[in-house]
Amino acid sequence: MNAAMKDESSAHISAGGGAQPSALGGGRPTDASQLDTTHGVILYLEGINVSFDGFKAINNLNLTIDRGELRCVIGPNGAGKTTMMDVITGKTRPDNGTAFFGQTIDLTKLSEPQIAHAGIGRKFQKPTVFEQLSVYENLELAMKTDKGVWASLRARLTGEQRDHINENLELIQLQDQAHRPSGLLSHGQKQWLEIGMLLMQKPQLLLLDEPAAGMTDAETERSGELFLSLAGQYTLVVVEHDMDFIKQISEDRKVTCLHEGSVLSEGPLDQVQNDERVIEVYLGR
Amino acid sequence: MNKTLTERIFGPKAWMGLAIFAAITLILVPILNLAVPEGSALHLSTYWVTLIGKIMCYAIVALAMDLVWGYTGILSLGHGIFFALGGYAMGMYLMRAIGRDGNYQSDLPDFMVFLNWKELPWYWVGTEHFLWAMVLVVLVPGLLALIFGFFAFRSRIKGVYFSIITQALTFATMLLFFRNETGFGGNNGFTDFKRILGYHIASPTTRIVLFGLTAALLIGFLLLARYIVTSKLGRVLAAIRDAETRVMFSGYNPLPYKLFIWVVSAVICAIAGALFVPQVGIINPSEMSPANSIEIAIWVAVGGRGTLIGPLIGAGLINGVKSWFTVAFPEYWLYFLGLIFILVTLYLPRGVLGELQSLMRRGLLQKRGERA
Repeated sequence: MNAAMKDESSAHISAGGGAQPSALGGGRPTDASQLDTTHGVILYLEGINVSFDGFKAINNLNLTIDRGELRCVIGPNGAGKTTMMDVITGKTRPDNGTAFFGQTIDLTKLSEPQIAHAGIGRKFQKPTVFEQLSVYENLELAMKTDKGVWASLRARLTGEQRDHINENLELIQLQDQAHRPSGLLSHGQKQWLEIGMLLMQKPQLLLLDEPAAGMTDAETERSGELFLSLAGQYTLVVVEHDMDFIKQISEDRKVTCLHEGSVLSEGPLDQVQNDERVIEVYLGR
Repeated sequence: MNKTLTERIFGPKAWMGLAIFAAITLILVPILNLAVPEGSALHLSTYWVTLIGKIMCYAIVALAMDLVWGYTGILSLGHGIFFALGGYAMGMYLMRAIGRDGNYQSDLPDFMVFLNWKELPWYWVGTEHFLWAMVLVVLVPGLLALIFGFFAFRSRIKGVYFSIITQALTFATMLLFFRNETGFGGNNGFTDFKRILGYHIASPTTRIVLFGLTAALLIGFLLLARYIVTSKLGRVLAAIRDAETRVMFSGYNPLPYKLFIWVVSAVICAIAGALFVPQVGIINPSEMSPANSIEIAIWVAVGGRGTLIGPLIGAGLINGVKSWFTVAFPEYWLYFLGLIFILVTLYLPRGVLGELQSLMRRGLLQKRGERA
């Protein structure tokens, strides 16, 4: 409860070095073209440190993700995977270090809604959807649009927006469930709905925290196919424990193994899997 | 036309219900009270008109409470403060409207003469004008809600912590208003009103006009509330209630949303308070007592959170029973209220209307099942 009472939003806020929204800001859409990835890098973390009451959750973390990449992040419990996502999405402020989205957007200075508008979508470890609202309404709320109070009061869906929602319903295969309260969905379906909600935001970068957890094998495989089809168009960072799933989606892409808050090993899955240190702390012999 | 989202305000049945309510309160009650002679069995006494008018004021408060508690998940245990402040603003005008007809035949309200004050405090300036007093009815509680809400929501104070702070706010203000020096009549508050806008305040016609106004505003606020909760904004509020972090990560800043509904709710409460005072004829600091605010939450819980109509029923039911009970067994009322609350929490967790709705839905499903 302490964390909930902590004042995080009063921190100095500045968007992309330009406007200075007040604490009431964050509802306005940010132009995605603001994102400058001329050097091919979409996410750049350097020298990040986070500690909680003396415990170093993140320890001098350096990580670079290229645009269009599908990066898997593995590592034992407590390696700092979720904390890293907290830092990227503005939930946790790093003690020091730099976190840039593209060339210009300093993530350490933005609030959670502002980061979401800038183009970073996040799926939580535990699927988090609006349980009392229908699947359709969940997607409607996530849709990229003006998210200020007055705009919401007068908002009516346009035909184009309906099409967008229906496309996503199809993609996450929940057409038949569209008007059921999302609280009644199965665990796997909730995971998919949450992914659908992220896509409604038209993000540039997707952070997926254990997206295959609690899914059946068939669902897991379908998720893998979905992520592979999204890579390229979007940039994905996937945190997972399921090595088979990682094998399915990483192909010959780069995999990062975190340990005690910093990068232990990075490279193609084969190389990481055969790294002595990774075997030692994570995979076991 | 569009079945994907609830975008209409009411279905035909609800509109019909509203029309019936309007016909009864705006046509039937005035006729039964004013036109039907007193001896007749059909005559509705002024006692009943006042009682129902008072209960409708409470119903408006319950409606306002449902917007913040039922729809947004913010439990305020201090909503009485907004009601009382609206009432006090109206009371200031009514005190000034007494003119020199008070016990001391002074331009100043009686309690100020009693305190030996020679002139009006600055915040009483202009209150002899009805319109300015109406501005105060909205402005003072609205600003208080805005400032209090801004700091509370910005600091991300939630749940029981928020409830406790609202309770402290209303309690502290009550203590302040109890003091004679505050300039609001101390523990006696304002009473002995004579007239409103030149009309005798206790005349049957004035009472019927106030009654009709209350009924009309009740309908108006119900439509406004319904408009809000069926809009996308209403769905964002429900989303904040269910998963606030997901709302933030979806690009919404919850602060202005919470602030909006919080201030709207406070202003609706304040207007209810302003309607309450001329009908009941008194306003004093006990309206701000924490127990009163808790009672508001009970009306909403009994009627059914997040249904808008439910809290209206809850407020009517509880206050109806209360007015009978406090005459028959006055010393047991609080025990009885507590008992109702416990029973509702245990057996009707969704409130009277909530349970009724789910019963009807189940019946409907069964019917469909039989047909299939």
